[in-house]
Amino acid sequence: MSVKTKTNGASSNRKQRSGLAEVMFRLKKSPLAMFGLGIIALIVFFAIFADVVAPYKFYAQDLDHMFETPSRAHLLGTDEFGRDILSRLIYGARVSLQVGFIAVSIALIAGGTLGAAAGYYGGKTDNIIMRVMDVLLAIPQTLLAIAIAASLGPGLLNLMIAVGISATPRYARIVRSSVLSIRGMEFIEAAHAVGSSDFRIIMKHIIPNSMAPIIVQSTLGVASAILNAAGLSFIGLGIQPPNPEWGAMLSGGRQYIRDYPHLTLYPGLTIMTTILALNFLGDGLRDALDPKQRR
Amino acid sequence: MDNINKITRNEKLLEINNLTIQYETDSGTVHAVENLNLNLGYGETLGFVGETGAGKTTTALGILRLLPAAVGEIKSGQIMFEGEDLLKKSEAEMRAVRGAKIAMIFQDPMTSLNPVMTVDQQIAEMIKLHKKVSDSEASKLAGDMLELVGIRRERMHDYPHQFSGGMKQRVVIAIALACDPMMLIADEPTTALDVTIQAQVLELMKKLKDTFDTSMILITHDLGIVADICDKVAIMYAGRVVEYAGKRELFTSPTHPYTIGLFNSVPDIDDDIERLNVIPGLMPDPMDLPTGCTFHPRCVHAIPECAERKPETVETSPGHFVACSVLAAKKLEMGGDER
Repeated sequence: MSVKTKTNGASSNRKQRSGLAEVMFRLKKSPLAMFGLGIIALIVFFAIFADVVAPYKFYAQDLDHMFETPSRAHLLGTDEFGRDILSRLIYGARVSLQVGFIAVSIALIAGGTLGAAAGYYGGKTDNIIMRVMDVLLAIPQTLLAIAIAASLGPGLLNLMIAVGISATPRYARIVRSSVLSIRGMEFIEAAHAVGSSDFRIIMKHIIPNSMAPIIVQSTLGVASAILNAAGLSFIGLGIQPPNPEWGAMLSGGRQYIRDYPHLTLYPGLTIMTTILALNFLGDGLRDALDPKQRR
Repeated sequence: MDNINKITRNEKLLEINNLTIQYETDSGTVHAVENLNLNLGYGETLGFVGETGAGKTTTALGILRLLPAAVGEIKSGQIMFEGEDLLKKSEAEMRAVRGAKIAMIFQDPMTSLNPVMTVDQQIAEMIKLHKKVSDSEASKLAGDMLELVGIRRERMHDYPHQFSGGMKQRVVIAIALACDPMMLIADEPTTALDVTIQAQVLELMKKLKDTFDTSMILITHDLGIVADICDKVAIMYAGRVVEYAGKRELFTSPTHPYTIGLFNSVPDIDDDIERLNVIPGLMPDPMDLPTGCTFHPRCVHAIPECAERKPETVETSPGHFVACSVLAAKKLEMGGDER
């Protein structure tokens, strides 16, 4: 009897939490996910308050102190123009995060819609959409991004669009395949039998059930979008100097890698940490969003 | 049953006339349902019995117009529901019928609930689709429905995987009955459950059917279930109704050789037999049905004529329809003598 009352108490506690609070509650149980969330929060904080936090301006050159290794004055050293690397990394977070998240959002919305439509309706719709996606997929992603960026011209927005569109086919494929696997389930048929419309079924039944692979792909996607944007910046189609961008800094320091490895080391470490943090967070989110992992 | 009820019961809730459903596949046309005639009165329960692939589920999905869009097609016929032809309704009108007037219970409760929605949300979804109620009212009604099917209200915020199979089927039943439908289609509602739970779920369905005065089509393989809750029985074979009668009539004087074969293959607990009495042969390939009577290759009473002519459906006694050229005629003669 006492056991029974205990479970009753637990379920009434549980119902008081709203959806988002519930997810946060479960996310807190995973130390890795919290670590990831902490890192991301820190980077976002730096990006927003870059003007206050950064010790120097990102464009401030000091030609007497070029290629300096880390010291008290320049915590992470200086680059080929004597600019403070730490400050450039902090300002660069603005661009890199924007590119990463917005490009993935573009790819996710475009690819998700196309993939969901293809998977749900099947037949001709599926064939037409997926053949177009296959054509896009046949072109190497970087090359495609270069082509799009070149036709749009340089600039932050165009960079995000280029990276977003070039990543779209991957999302379309992933969303389509998970929609296909969900569509055949009996509860979709049951949803039809209670009189739900197609739109409602896609939004309420199919998308929430296919979240796991999409979240994982998106967190990985943010990382690859940052790298892609870096590649475009490197060939002059993305962020224009002197504006800092992690990838651009990485490729800029490439030619000095033998003598001054810290020029590439720190941007590389920053990108790696961000990507790692995003992956930890994505992993934790996937588990937190899955009701079956609930205890 | 009072008089008023009797009067309304003369009118039919559902009348299916000459329904033909085919699946167009790459390898040929599947004759899933052919010339099906059925009717169902208010508050009645019709048992739909037949082997796997006989077209029972296809008929049920056809009534709801939920056949797989790419391949399934209703070739001809009429499905009159409350005096209106469902086949003439638009998709939007059908959505208003589904769930609100005709609800369906699916075979496998393990897969017919959405794993990422709590059960109260799933019941509330049904209610919100068909009734103008606020979210909190819908949620309260969902809790009421759960209590009605014997699940404690405290568990309404749980997810399907936190319930046992029998409880999930109760949830499915709660969803189906949430909008107080006129008719319930139960597609083998107990097949996926173990025997003790089957009995509980059947008992619950019987009780709720009477409380709500809902008509029901029960699709099953199990003649025991039919004997338990049905008023009328339709025996299907290869897309056709071969025999259609009241339950008592069918169980006391089965006429079609296939029905007789089905009854003979039910083992008797008092007999000590080595083998079951099975009907020889297999169900025919629905893409390549035998000519004439589809059952003739397996029939012990078959005469050469059976392979040439499709049997007419004859009414051997009031309300008892049989589609067999040999035995129906024989029975009619005998019945004639009696009269």
